[in-house]
Amino acid sequence: MTQYLALVYSADVDWWAPEQADELAEYRQFAVDNAASIKASAVLHPTSTATVVRVEGARGGPVVTADGPYAETKEALTGFYLVDAEDLEEAIAIAAQLPAAWNGAVEVRPVIAVR
Amino acid sequence: MEPGHDVVAETVRVEGTRILATLIRTVGDVQLAEDAVQEANLAALGAWPVTGVPPEPRAWLTVTARRKAIDIIRRERARLDKERHGTELLELTRTEIVPEELVPAEVVQDDLLRLIFTCCHPALSPPTRVALALRTLCGLSPAQIAGVMLTTEPATAKRLTRARQKIAAARIPYRVPPEAELPERLPAVCGVIHSLYTSGHAPVEGQTAYDVDVCAEAIRLAELLHELLPDQPMPTAVLALLLLTEARRPARLDADGEVITLDQQDRSRWDAAAIDRGIGLLNDSLLRSGRQADAYQLQAAIAAEHDRAASYETTDWTEILRLYELLVSVAPSPAAELGRAVAAAEAKDTAAGLALLSELPRSPRWHAVRAELLARDERYDEAVAELGEALEGPSTDAERRHRERRLDHFRTTAT
Repeated sequence: MTQYLALVYSADVDWWAPEQADELAEYRQFAVDNAASIKASAVLHPTSTATVVRVEGARGGPVVTADGPYAETKEALTGFYLVDAEDLEEAIAIAAQLPAAWNGAVEVRPVIAVR
Repeated sequence: MEPGHDVVAETVRVEGTRILATLIRTVGDVQLAEDAVQEANLAALGAWPVTGVPPEPRAWLTVTARRKAIDIIRRERARLDKERHGTELLELTRTEIVPEELVPAEVVQDDLLRLIFTCCHPALSPPTRVALALRTLCGLSPAQIAGVMLTTEPATAKRLTRARQKIAAARIPYRVPPEAELPERLPAVCGVIHSLYTSGHAPVEGQTAYDVDVCAEAIRLAELLHELLPDQPMPTAVLALLLLTEARRPARLDADGEVITLDQQDRSRWDAAAIDRGIGLLNDSLLRSGRQADAYQLQAAIAAEHDRAASYETTDWTEILRLYELLVSVAPSPAAELGRAVAAAEAKDTAAGLALLSELPRSPRWHAVRAELLARDERYDEAVAELGEALEGPSTDAERRHRERRLDHFRTTAT
């Protein structure tokens, strides 16, 4: 068993808005269908609520913040799922059930198992 | 008598690739298996020129590679003090070393299929699939692969390392896809084989490939895939296409290495046996598929039309045009569009060909094709201009010389 992080890239919407209710329901259904595999997950607020943090020089140096996401992209990072899967093909099969897979994109990356 | 070094090197390379697939399964680690096979190959290259090639080269290499794998595991454990290869070591030392002929053929074939489908996994980028296939299935060195793929040796080595890291870290499974999944997995494998063949058959820049017969390697892979999956229509069609194209190779260059175009080729030099076999395989593939013909079947059918014609003039251009129309709708590509334009010019008239060309993006080949069509209408000055454009872009040395000769010819004819 390996852990994978499925990063959800989709339209940069407010997932609490009424227009998103239907699609949010699809994500909820995904979570129910794959409950055995999902170890953690979160839906993120839109990128307008994001803050990029950098520290100048070394630890303890001046903290500089910027408003907005790290990168302005067509699709934004809007959520993630940490899943257990036997191998990459199983992880892909799980990720392919996410609405973002057909409305945007899902990045699937293996997690380093730190002992 | 000592065998020539070339024979030894070739035997080592071919037999080495055959044992790699099984060793990967035995040790469960692509990198470890490759290193072990590499060391076994080196041992063979050192010993065989002196002792002669053994009667069972594969068995010799298998035994040696397993011993090398054990050595590597022991070295790594001593150095890193890790239990990573614990189970593999146990398995290797415990199992009897089985002579190659006692390992069932089906097991070897399964291992090879596993290796092919892993190398050509959709999660790897197309160039990475090609590089991995050349390394593990053809036994080419990173330097040779770099020559084939028109890149540098360090870039190729990096690509291979990253590929193995991804296979290991992301756990790309080492298995043959179930029968139901074959239709979606075969296109990636066939794509690798086909792109490999075209890179050898119509390379874009530079001299002929780096001392490797790329087309022969691609055909080897196509034969292997067809042998392993004889009932699948797509591999059958790919093999048909490669054979039908390769059949014309003996007539393609003259004694000085200069290009001879299809209309000028001495058709008696075409490989008739390869043509027969190719047509048989194409029919077999069409019988097995029943749906609309796929891109490989269509390209093979076009090649078959050319191959069965006694001359350029008696070629069934109407049929070829019909096949190109289907090909362009199923799998549009610059090559297919250009082919269709030429077929239209032959089946109908030059104006039809030029009209189709006018909608296509420019490229050196585009300009060269346009030049030939214009020349047919005796528009020689324009043809000269088009060839001038063609010569501005990248091409092989043989293509360049051919276009320069045509340019001179049109210039002389115009005056």
